[in-house]
Amino acid sequence: MLFFVGAVIPLISVRKTKNYAYILPTTGAVTLAIFGAYLLFTPPVNISSISITPVLEFVFRGDAISGFFIFVISILTFSVSIYSIGYTKSLANKGVMGFLFSIFILSMYAVVLSGNIITFLISWETMSVVSYFLVTFDREEKSARAGLIYAVMTHVGTAFIIALFLILYKYTGYTDFSDIKTAVKDLPDAIKTVVFVFAVIGFGTKAGIIPLHTWLPEAHPAAPSNISALMSGVMIKTGIYGILRIAVDVLGIGPEWWGIAILVIGAVSSVLGILYALMEHDIKRLLAYCSVENIGIILLGIGASMVLASNGLYKLSAIAMTAGLYHTLNHAIFKGLLFLGAGSVVHSTHTKNMEDMGGLIKLMPYTAIFFLIGSISICALPFFNGFVSEWLTYQSLLFGFKSVSVTAKVVAPMGGAALAFTGALAIACFVKVFGISFLGMPRSDHAESAKESSPSMIAGMAILALLCLVFGIFPDSTIKLFSPAVLSLTGAEYMSSGKNILYISEIASGLSPLAILVAMLAIFFAAVVLIRVVGGKRKITYGDSWDCGIPSLTPRMQYTATAFTKPIRIIFKKIYRPRQDVKISYTLKPLLVKSIKYSSEITPFFDRYFYKPVANFIHSIAGKVKYLQSGALHLYLGYILATLILLLVFMS
Amino acid sequence: MENLQFIIIIIFSPLIQGIIRKFKAGLQGRVGAGILQPYYDIIRLLKKEMVLSTVTSWIFKITPYIVFISTIVAAMMVPVITTKITTKSSFSIMGDVIALIYIFALGKCFMALAALDAGTAFGGEGSSREMIVSILVEPMIMLCIFTTAIAAGSTNLARIAEQGYIFTPSHVLALFAFMVAVVADTGRIPVDNPDTHLELTMIHEGMLLEYSGKYLALMEWSHYMKQMLLFTLAVDMFFPVGIAHNIEPSSLIVSSGVYSLKILFMAGMMAIIESTRAKMRFFQLPSLLGGSFVLAVLSLLTFIMIGK
Repeated sequence: MLFFVGAVIPLISVRKTKNYAYILPTTGAVTLAIFGAYLLFTPPVNISSISITPVLEFVFRGDAISGFFIFVISILTFSVSIYSIGYTKSLANKGVMGFLFSIFILSMYAVVLSGNIITFLISWETMSVVSYFLVTFDREEKSARAGLIYAVMTHVGTAFIIALFLILYKYTGYTDFSDIKTAVKDLPDAIKTVVFVFAVIGFGTKAGIIPLHTWLPEAHPAAPSNISALMSGVMIKTGIYGILRIAVDVLGIGPEWWGIAILVIGAVSSVLGILYALMEHDIKRLLAYCSVENIGIILLGIGASMVLASNGLYKLSAIAMTAGLYHTLNHAIFKGLLFLGAGSVVHSTHTKNMEDMGGLIKLMPYTAIFFLIGSISICALPFFNGFVSEWLTYQSLLFGFKSVSVTAKVVAPMGGAALAFTGALAIACFVKVFGISFLGMPRSDHAESAKESSPSMIAGMAILALLCLVFGIFPDSTIKLFSPAVLSLTGAEYMSSGKNILYISEIASGLSPLAILVAMLAIFFAAVVLIRVVGGKRKITYGDSWDCGIPSLTPRMQYTATAFTKPIRIIFKKIYRPRQDVKISYTLKPLLVKSIKYSSEITPFFDRYFYKPVANFIHSIAGKVKYLQSGALHLYLGYILATLILLLVFMS
Repeated sequence: MENLQFIIIIIFSPLIQGIIRKFKAGLQGRVGAGILQPYYDIIRLLKKEMVLSTVTSWIFKITPYIVFISTIVAAMMVPVITTKITTKSSFSIMGDVIALIYIFALGKCFMALAALDAGTAFGGEGSSREMIVSILVEPMIMLCIFTTAIAAGSTNLARIAEQGYIFTPSHVLALFAFMVAVVADTGRIPVDNPDTHLELTMIHEGMLLEYSGKYLALMEWSHYMKQMLLFTLAVDMFFPVGIAHNIEPSSLIVSSGVYSLKILFMAGMMAIIESTRAKMRFFQLPSLLGGSFVLAVLSLLTFIMIGK
C-alpha cells in the first residue's frame, strides 16, 4: 500500500519544466515493478477504498492478474521515462508533456488496479482522454484528424464497456468485481454471451483487433514517439487486460465457441495486420499495424486457452494462457523498443518516410543495433523473447487437437498455419524496415546528415534490448514470475522442468534457447578456427558494389521499399486492391520522355467499405438534424413547449 | 555418440550436391564435374582473398557466420541415423521441429538483410523474391509438420521419426506438399535456378552476388547443408523406416546404409525434377505453392477426419 502512495505522489508532481522531471516516473516505475511482483506472489490485497457516497466508491484492489500487468507497465515506463529525458529536450511544451505523461501512466496503473465498476470506468476514461491529448500534442492538422478518429473509436468502445457493466450490475446487483464474479455463475447463458460479445467489442477496440483497429495506424504515428511506445506497448494491453478480466476471470469458463471466436479474431488480426504493415512506408504507421498483428498473436494464445479450458483440458489451457501472457510481456518490450528506435530515427532524420532514409547503420550505430534486436525479437527468431512466446503459442494451438470437438480440432491447427504465415510476413516486413532504412546508402540529404541520439535515449533503448535477450534465454524463470497470474486465470499452472528448459511433458517436446545460444557460440568459434586453418589469413580488398559496368551507383538506384513489397502487392491483390497512377510527360511525344511519375496506393478495405459508409450515414443524419437548429429563438421556445405538452400527455 | 550425428550432415552435404549435379549431367547427356567438385569449390573459395563493397556494414560481415552456425544448430536437432536423442541430457532439448524452422528463418532473415546492405538493385531483388517465396512456403511446411506432429503426439523430431508411419493418406498428401516446399526452399527449378548467373532471374544467387572468398564459401556450404537437412527432415517425417532406435553398432550400420539409399533417392528425385521441368515465371509461383498449400491443408483435415 505504501509503495503505491509513495509512487503516486512523484508521478503527479511532475509539473516542472526541467527534463529531469522524468526521473520521478522512473523511480515510480521501479517501485511499482516491485509492487507488481509482490502482488503476483501474495493473495489479493485491497489497497485502498475511498468512499465518497455509498454509490461512488473508489476501490483499488490488486491480485495476481493486475500484478502481472503492473509489472509489464512498469518495465516499459522505466525505460521510456529514461528515453524521454533526451527525447523531449527539443519539445515546445515540456511541462505539459511531463504532466500528461505522468497522468497517462498513472491512469493505466489505475485501470489494472480497479476493483469495481465505477473506479474502472473513471480510470479508463481518464486514460482515453489523456492519451487523446497526447495524440494531438503536436498540434498539426494531421494529428488533429488522428485524434478525432481515436476519440470516436475509443468512445464507441467505451460505450460497449459501459453497456456491459450496466448489464452485469442489473443482473447481479453488485458493482464490485469480486462480488460480480461470485454472482455471475447463476446468470442465464444468454446474458453471459451478451456480456462476452460486448467485452470483446469494447476492449477489442482498445486492443486494436481487426476490424476495430482503424484508430491505431492514425493515432500512434501522430503522437510523439515516447508516447507511441507507451500506447502501443502497454495502453493497448489494457484492452487485453479487460478481455482477460471480464471474459476469462469474471465470466469463467464459457461455451467452446467463445474461445473459437477469440481464436478466429486473433488469426484474422495477425494476418491482416502484418499484411497492411508490409505496405506502409511510414515507419511509425508500419509499427502501429504491426501492433495489430501482435495483439492477434496474443489472442491466439488466449483463445487456445479458452478452447482447451472448455474442453476440460486445464493443464494445457494453462500453457496456452502462459503463451498469451508471455507474448503480452514480450510485445510490450520489443514494440516499445521499436517505437523508441523509430523515434530516434525520426528525431534525427526529420522524416517518417522510409524511402528517404538508408545507410543509418553507420551514422546511428547504437540505434541501429537496438532496432535490429527489436526486429529480430518481433520476428520471433531465436534467441530473443518473441521466439519463446511464439513457440509456446504454436504448441498451444497444436493442443487443440486433443480436444473433443471437431471444430476445435480443425480451427486450432489452422490458427497455427495463420501464425506461420504471419511469422514469414513479419520477417519480410522487418527485413524491409531494417534493410531499407538502416542499410545501403543514404537516400536523402536528411538521412545523410543524421546523428546518433543522446545518451539517455540510447540508455532507454539499451534496457529494453537487454530485456529482450534476458526474457528470451531464461524463459523458465520468466514463466515462474507470472505463473500466479496464469493460476488465477485458468486454475492450473504450467510448471516447466527448470534449468531454463521449457519442457512440455504432454508432448515430450522441449526448447532451450540458452542451449541454442551456447551451441551457436561454440560453433562460431569452431568455424572461425576452421576457416583460419584451411584458408589462412587473406587480404580484404574494398571496392564498389557490383554495378554491371556503369561508372557508379547512386542511392536512387537502390531497391526501394515500394519495390521490395511489389510482388506481395501483386500476389495478394484481392486483399490490397492496389491502384496505380503512371504520369508521363513528354518533350516530344512519344520519343523523348521528360519525366515519369509513378504513384501507387492500396485500398484500406475496412476504412473504405465499412467505416466510410457509416461515417457518411452519420453525416447525412447530422445534416438532416441540422434543420432542427435554425438558430431562431422562437423555434427553440416552440420545442420546449412541445416537449412540455408531450410530457404532460405521457404523465397523465 | 548419438549427439555427434550432425557431423554427418556437415561433412557429406557437399557430396550430395556433387551427386545431384552428376545425376543432372547424366540426365542431360553431359559428363559433368566429379562428385567431389563442391569440396574443391569450398576449399578454393576459403583460400581466396575477399573483395568487399565499401557500402556494406557489419551486417554483411556477420551474415555468413550466422547462416553457417544456424544451419549447423538446426542439424543438431535432427535425428540422422539414430533416434536416440530423446533423452533429456542431449541436444534434442535445444528444440523441436518448430524451433528448427525458426532457426532456418534466422539465417534467411540475415541473408535477406545482407543482400540489401550493398545498396544494389540485384541484392534487393533477390532479397525481396526470397522473402516472397518463404512467405508462401513457410505456412505449408508448418502444416505438413503439424500433420506428422499430431500423428506422433509430439513435435520432437526423434519422436516423430520413431513413429514409423508410412503412407497413410494424410502422410502421402503432406509428403507431396513437403517435397514442393523442399524444392522451393533449396532454390531449385521450377522455383529458382541454382545454375543461373543472369542477374534478372536470380533469387538465391542474387542475394549472394556481393559475396566472395571465405564468406561465399560459408554461404555455399550452408546452402548444401540446408539442402541435405531438408532431405533428412523429409526422410525422418515421412519414411523413417530403418532408422536405428539405439546406438548399437550393428543397427547403426544398417541405419546408415538405409539412410544413404534414402538420401540418394531424394537426390535423384531432385535431379529428375530439375531436368524435366522448366523454371516457372515468378508470378506463376503462387499457383504452384498455393496448390501444394491446399494439399497440406487437406492432409491435416484427412488426419482429423479419418484419424490416420
